[in-house]
Amino acid sequence: MNIRTALLAALALASTPPWAADKITIGFLTTRTGPLSGISGEKLEGFQLYLKTTGGKLGRLPVEVIVADDQNNPDAGRQAFERLAKRDRVDVLTGIMFSNVILSVAPAAVQSKILFINSNVQPSELAGERCNPYIFNTAYQSDDTDEAVGRYVTERAHKNVALLAPNFPAGRDHLNGFKRAYKGAIAVEILPRVGQLDFSVEIAQIRAAKPDAVFVFLFGGMAVNFVKQYAQAGLAKEIPLYGAASTLEEDVLRGAGESALGMVSASNWNADLDNPANKRFVALHEKEYKRRPSLYSFQGWDTAALLDAAVKDVDGKIENREAFRAALRKASFSSARGPFKFGPNQVPIQDWYARRVEKDAQGQVVNRYLHTVVRGHADAYASQCKM
Amino acid sequence: MLFLEQTLNALQLGLMLFLIAAGLTLVFGIMDLVNLAHGSFYMLGAYVAATVAAKSGSFAAAFLVALAAAAGVGMLVEWLLLRRVYGRGHLSQVLVTFALILIANETVRWIWGANPIDMGVPRSLAGSVALAPGLSYSEYRLAIIVAGLALAAALFWMVNCTRLGIWIRAGASNRDMARALGVDTSRLFTLVFGLGAALSAFAGAMLGPILSVQVGMGEAIIILAFVVVVIGGIGSVRGALLGSIVVAAVDTYGRAFLPSALGAFLPLDIATHLGPGLSQVSIFVLMAAILFFRPRGLMPATG
Amino acid sequence: MKLGATWWFGIVAVVLLVLLPPIASFTQQEFYIGVATRVLAYAIAVSSLNLVLGHGGMLSLAQGSLLGAGAYTTAILTVEATKDVTFLPGATSAWITWPAAMLVGALLGLAIASISLRTRAIFFLMITLAFNQMLYYLFFSMKVYGGDDGLGMAARSDLLPGLALENDTVFFYVALALFAIFTFVQHRLVHSRFGRVLEGIRINEPRMQALGFDTYRYKLVCFAIGGAGSGLAGALLVNKNLFVSPGLLDWLQSGTLLVMTILGGVGQLWGGLLGAAAYLVIEELLSAYTQRWQIGLGVALIAVTLYAPRGLGALFVPRRP
Repeated sequence: MNIRTALLAALALASTPPWAADKITIGFLTTRTGPLSGISGEKLEGFQLYLKTTGGKLGRLPVEVIVADDQNNPDAGRQAFERLAKRDRVDVLTGIMFSNVILSVAPAAVQSKILFINSNVQPSELAGERCNPYIFNTAYQSDDTDEAVGRYVTERAHKNVALLAPNFPAGRDHLNGFKRAYKGAIAVEILPRVGQLDFSVEIAQIRAAKPDAVFVFLFGGMAVNFVKQYAQAGLAKEIPLYGAASTLEEDVLRGAGESALGMVSASNWNADLDNPANKRFVALHEKEYKRRPSLYSFQGWDTAALLDAAVKDVDGKIENREAFRAALRKASFSSARGPFKFGPNQVPIQDWYARRVEKDAQGQVVNRYLHTVVRGHADAYASQCKM
Repeated sequence: MLFLEQTLNALQLGLMLFLIAAGLTLVFGIMDLVNLAHGSFYMLGAYVAATVAAKSGSFAAAFLVALAAAAGVGMLVEWLLLRRVYGRGHLSQVLVTFALILIANETVRWIWGANPIDMGVPRSLAGSVALAPGLSYSEYRLAIIVAGLALAAALFWMVNCTRLGIWIRAGASNRDMARALGVDTSRLFTLVFGLGAALSAFAGAMLGPILSVQVGMGEAIIILAFVVVVIGGIGSVRGALLGSIVVAAVDTYGRAFLPSALGAFLPLDIATHLGPGLSQVSIFVLMAAILFFRPRGLMPATG
Repeated sequence: MKLGATWWFGIVAVVLLVLLPPIASFTQQEFYIGVATRVLAYAIAVSSLNLVLGHGGMLSLAQGSLLGAGAYTTAILTVEATKDVTFLPGATSAWITWPAAMLVGALLGLAIASISLRTRAIFFLMITLAFNQMLYYLFFSMKVYGGDDGLGMAARSDLLPGLALENDTVFFYVALALFAIFTFVQHRLVHSRFGRVLEGIRINEPRMQALGFDTYRYKLVCFAIGGAGSGLAGALLVNKNLFVSPGLLDWLQSGTLLVMTILGGVGQLWGGLLGAAAYLVIEELLSAYTQRWQIGLGVALIAVTLYAPRGLGALFVPRRP
């Protein structure tokens, strides 16, 4: 054997993966720049908090978390994914916050045989026709939160509702989800611009339409603005406001403060849920970060918990992707949200809770659990999935 | 009633836009400086005001500190950096001010964190006022309108009735002649830049309680400000006011009434979908139209 | 103009680029082949803007939308070939979809310029910005092609049997070839009669008009050529990512292209490559280091403005009139 062959052989050996995985590499692709980077950071915090409790391991494997920035932009997100896939060779991809980035990256993840654990809302295409064994979701399908609110609003006997969501596909989908479950009349449907900050025009339109309730899908800065302005316009007492989970989440409450009092939303998790896994999570989070966890921190935590259980299940042999996937599907862990199992499209089947914004004993503005709107809810697109 | 409410909304938006555009048009007109980072002073004003208001409980203090901070930072940046690119032409200025936006956004994120922060409305203005039967309007928004009008009046007084104003108008009208006639242009420039920054910051501080104070809030507004400057005429404060009102009116009424107007002769789901899209574009269509007929704007500063 | 320095730079650059894929494979850093492909695609776009700005003297913020329109053209045609979404025809061959992207870029450029050229300087800039935004909102509101969620392509365009663009290395060489061809065309154009007239217009338009040239038409053609180049860059980018979204047409993208052009050196032959490479590489390196990379990028841009005011490309070439 001459030098050249030896060199080539050495290279060949170096380039094939080791027989047994000795660590698990997680690609955490999220939005680190831009105004929505705060909630993305919270998701990372939740994920890392869980890893702290296991000494930086998932199962028996040490974890390497590589954080990348998608800049809330599908092109940059795709770039960042390429880096994670080709340069860092991650095993699992998670953390993406926004559906346009998710839709641009998911096909690439599938092609590279990287397990994509979507820790944020699942777009309808990925829950339905384009479902794939490599794509899991640990949060919920986009429409679920709206369907839960729709049910609740119908239960509360509201007959004439005004709708508001930003004018982009996800926004319109949320409104469709609401309409699927709500059985009354629609007073008016208003679609402000994405990223719009001043809603005086829209609030005036709502006032003029005289509905008996308002359903709002917004998130981040938009939600903060709307809530504040709605309260300032004097409408918060007159026309009750119902929101999707993101509309009245922790970050919005921190930004809007007392303006949000009395507003109701539906979520698959709340900080005051009474189960042991959640109590532990909330206590640890408050101790570590000195503030209440948000839905996003919870999503990060729960994703880590799922991975932990799955890696334990395959005894660390994640290189056997089939077995690893099967273990993930089994989802044998205690979720802080309560009952959890995967549907046939690998999107969770779970309970939905209505919660209202109130002041707690310390005078802080928080979401308080009201009641369970629906148990064991499966998303509307599961039947379209051929898996 | 809806129309009245929307008109008040348009007025409020227009006045705030004017405060931002006024600084931009003066800087452009007098110093021939394309300042893409003008929106960053707006952001700085909001952040500083929010922080001071939270710490001290006093809105007056918050405003004063925000104005001072913006003017201070503005004059410093002008003196240290922008001075060096005056003669270099618009291209260098675009590059430098684009870089400043990047630095400003990241620095603000570093200091205040990535999440939007809360600036509460002052207690005394937290309610709404019944202006007419069936129309109650937010007290704070009314306060914005009043403050905006007051500041606009003060600005006009300064530009038209003081010596500084004469220098400013001379500089906007013909820079070289002004210098030849003995106007101390470098001090004037620094002053005008600081003034523009302070006005922008004032708008940011005033809008802070209504809008979410977040990183990048300047970029959203800077495009509208540039449109106003171009429509109104570069270097002209009167033009900026006219432009602001026009842009605000088109934007507000477009958003409010276009979807339903379209719904009159288009199927409902197309109208709901197309309406907001069209109203977003309408400002640009308006600008293109105005430039087509009046290529130098509606009220240009030069003779 | 001293060809010496520019020619040498070109030779070195091309040689380095040709050697990139084998080196990258050898060192297990194949990821950088993708980075380089992206740089080349942007280099074509920036060179197009360089033509428009540096030689045509037109400060434009519309190139982003022309790039995006080219990307969408390719994506739409490819999608239509497999899924009949609307009345538009479908094709998956690069020989059809890429020239189509260039054609759309050129036509849109022609349309935008025909109206915008009635104004000049800052007003021209603002009108091109307005058109940029109009195109952005157009694609944003096209729900049938994804709207804000964007449009995905199932596979890269078919080039030649046996030469699959799916292979990153092949794709890289194709991009390199296209960039080289574009640069050659740019060089010939600038030194042709057309280029000289354009240069004259850039320096003193009234004089050229007095000499009898229809300056409006020359600028119009220049802008259209720039549009074609941007469209081609768009076709390459959408093939690289297999995805396009309206975000590609946002005004900040156009602004970034302008920044890259100025960075590289307005009017320099290699300004496009230098500007795109410098910006994207700095972004890539810094973001690996720190989350606060935008500060570093900002400082770097300021440094270039102050110390290399005619752009990076001018570091190789002496002052031109």
